[in-house]
Amino acid sequence: MDLKDKLISSFMAFENNVDIDSPVHDQRSEAIKNFEEKGFPSKKEEAWKYTSLNSLQKIDFSIFPKEADALDYKDVKKYFINEIDTYKIVFVDGIYSSFLSETTHDGVDICLMSSALTKPMYKQVIDVYFNKIASKDESLTTLNTAFSREGAYIYIPKSKMPKKPIEIVHFSTGNEASLLLQPRNLIIAEENAELQVIERHQSLTENEVLTNSVTEIFAAKNAIVDYYKVQNDLSTASLVDNTYVNQKDDSVVKVHTFSFGGKLTRNNLNFFQNGEHIDSIMKGVTILGEKQHVDHHTLVHHIQPNCESHQDYKGIYGENSTGVFNGKIIVDKIAQKTNAFQQNNNILVSDKATINTKPQLEIFADDVKCSHGCTIGQLDDDALFYLQTRGIPKKEARALMMYAFANNVLESVRIPELKTRINKLIAKKLGVNLGFDL
Amino acid sequence: MLKINDLHARVEDKDILKGINLEVNAGEVHAIMGPNGSGKSTLASVIAGKEEFEVTQGNVVLDGEDLEDDAPEERAHKGIFLSFQYPVEIPGVSVTNFMKTAINESRKARGLEDMPAKEMLKLIREKSEMLEIDRKFLSRSLNEGFSGGEKKRNEIFQMAMLEPRLAILDETDSGLDIDALRIVANGVNKLKSKDNAVVVITHYQRLLEYIVPDFVHVLHNGKIVKSGGKELALELEEKGYDWIKNEAVV
Repeated sequence: MDLKDKLISSFMAFENNVDIDSPVHDQRSEAIKNFEEKGFPSKKEEAWKYTSLNSLQKIDFSIFPKEADALDYKDVKKYFINEIDTYKIVFVDGIYSSFLSETTHDGVDICLMSSALTKPMYKQVIDVYFNKIASKDESLTTLNTAFSREGAYIYIPKSKMPKKPIEIVHFSTGNEASLLLQPRNLIIAEENAELQVIERHQSLTENEVLTNSVTEIFAAKNAIVDYYKVQNDLSTASLVDNTYVNQKDDSVVKVHTFSFGGKLTRNNLNFFQNGEHIDSIMKGVTILGEKQHVDHHTLVHHIQPNCESHQDYKGIYGENSTGVFNGKIIVDKIAQKTNAFQQNNNILVSDKATINTKPQLEIFADDVKCSHGCTIGQLDDDALFYLQTRGIPKKEARALMMYAFANNVLESVRIPELKTRINKLIAKKLGVNLGFDL
Repeated sequence: MLKINDLHARVEDKDILKGINLEVNAGEVHAIMGPNGSGKSTLASVIAGKEEFEVTQGNVVLDGEDLEDDAPEERAHKGIFLSFQYPVEIPGVSVTNFMKTAINESRKARGLEDMPAKEMLKLIREKSEMLEIDRKFLSRSLNEGFSGGEKKRNEIFQMAMLEPRLAILDETDSGLDIDALRIVANGVNKLKSKDNAVVVITHYQRLLEYIVPDFVHVLHNGKIVKSGGKELALELEEKGYDWIKNEAVV
């Protein structure tokens, strides 16, 4: 039985375990119908031309994992930003770990999707927001919707801000030979609210894992959302991340994506600007080696006038790694005075590495500023020679140049400890100790 | 200190240096002049160890040691410094962090610990004042958006920080106005001592009014065709390079 059939037949069993009276039930049923019709995306589709899910579909993934043994905090501490105090929503093989988590209901809700989907007190919010911005026809998003049950639920009321950043961490233990995870996150920042989220997926063994995640983010008027995705998983872990962001007037949403590992990573990052004077910021640093593959697909839909979007993705590709950047910007006819900026710069450090980069602009308004640029290059030999003549060995000189190349993406990271962590990860990925404080 | 013996070098099958002989001793200033395309910058790059150039014959010897197998950084660790005609822009690395890295890598090569931060700051302050460099300048990305003059001054600042035994200044005067030229020359003169040596590569005599050479060599078509004292530079300025070319043909 292939993975698609297995999923469809598992849906019945899944339904038996969840509350079918819930309004979410209808949405799940609609969603599985869509997935049944469309199936997994194939390379024939333009959006999946460079990313194949074929080999993953041949794996016999477990869909309902057994509860794994509890993890010791000291064994997984390094995967948290442990230098600072954070709220934590932690899942082990898809199952909530109360032991590793630190949730709250103190003025803000930082808790679980499973509670939000079942408890009456959340019904109103779920009715208004759940599955409202996520695609109803993109097949992997609907697959997630069909099986949506667990994940992070974050609700920040008007003018509130959590006392500390929130970490959403998914561990997979290898308890199953191969595991499919489908976390579903809902994040709501009401008017003038602000929050910071760090998301991470981490395999603890080399058993195969595929995560198909959906995150819906709603930023109301004047809200600020700062979202960091740390993708540094083992080379047996694959991730499809579908993130949908809905913004209202004067809101600012920033998503940083740090892709340093994993077997196959696909980031579908979609912004919808439903208001004026909105700023949407997408930044990415990708550093890959081995046979790793990362595909960044971004979409910014400028629906209203006077908004901005900024995209800056840097990629460094070594060994046999492959990368994709596809940045789509749609500017509606009424979205005058839009300022959309997109930049994708790449360095190939190996003859066998590949990058496919494509800007895709659909502009229907006539008074807009849209700029885009993509570059693919090697490290400049003259610059390397220059650094060497100052006594910096070639390996360090290369690292310094690559570090410098990625550096400006880090400037906008607002959690200093995270920035230090990312800096160290970059230095480690590049295999050197840089001679100055990061 | 530096001895160049019958040096031949080529790039992509094109012979550029065709038998250079030159000896530079500690405490000396040498000027290498010559028309465009005579091989001046190539000579500088070959001494500094640029891989693009293939040495086909002869060698470069520093303190009795053949440098043939040394990478550019190893030559730097041995005390060779090249001030670039066109310094490269490195966005994202500040002048200060760059200098810290460079100095500590050189120290590491000599088996020394990193320079303490306090000492480093003091050194940076001292040398930047000598070259009349604004402090703000030091936190900017290396050479990015610097004017021609700022780039050259920054080169000499790096030289001052690294205190090389042999400094090669490749067309350091090009693009400098007279005020900047004075500051740069003044910096070089302050760094000069009986233990180090300077090789000034230039097309014009102007810089040599400020950095006075002990020897002047004229490079033409990959060879040193004439050597003399500082008065040779004046003669070149007056007569141009054509007579040298003609003399060489004869």
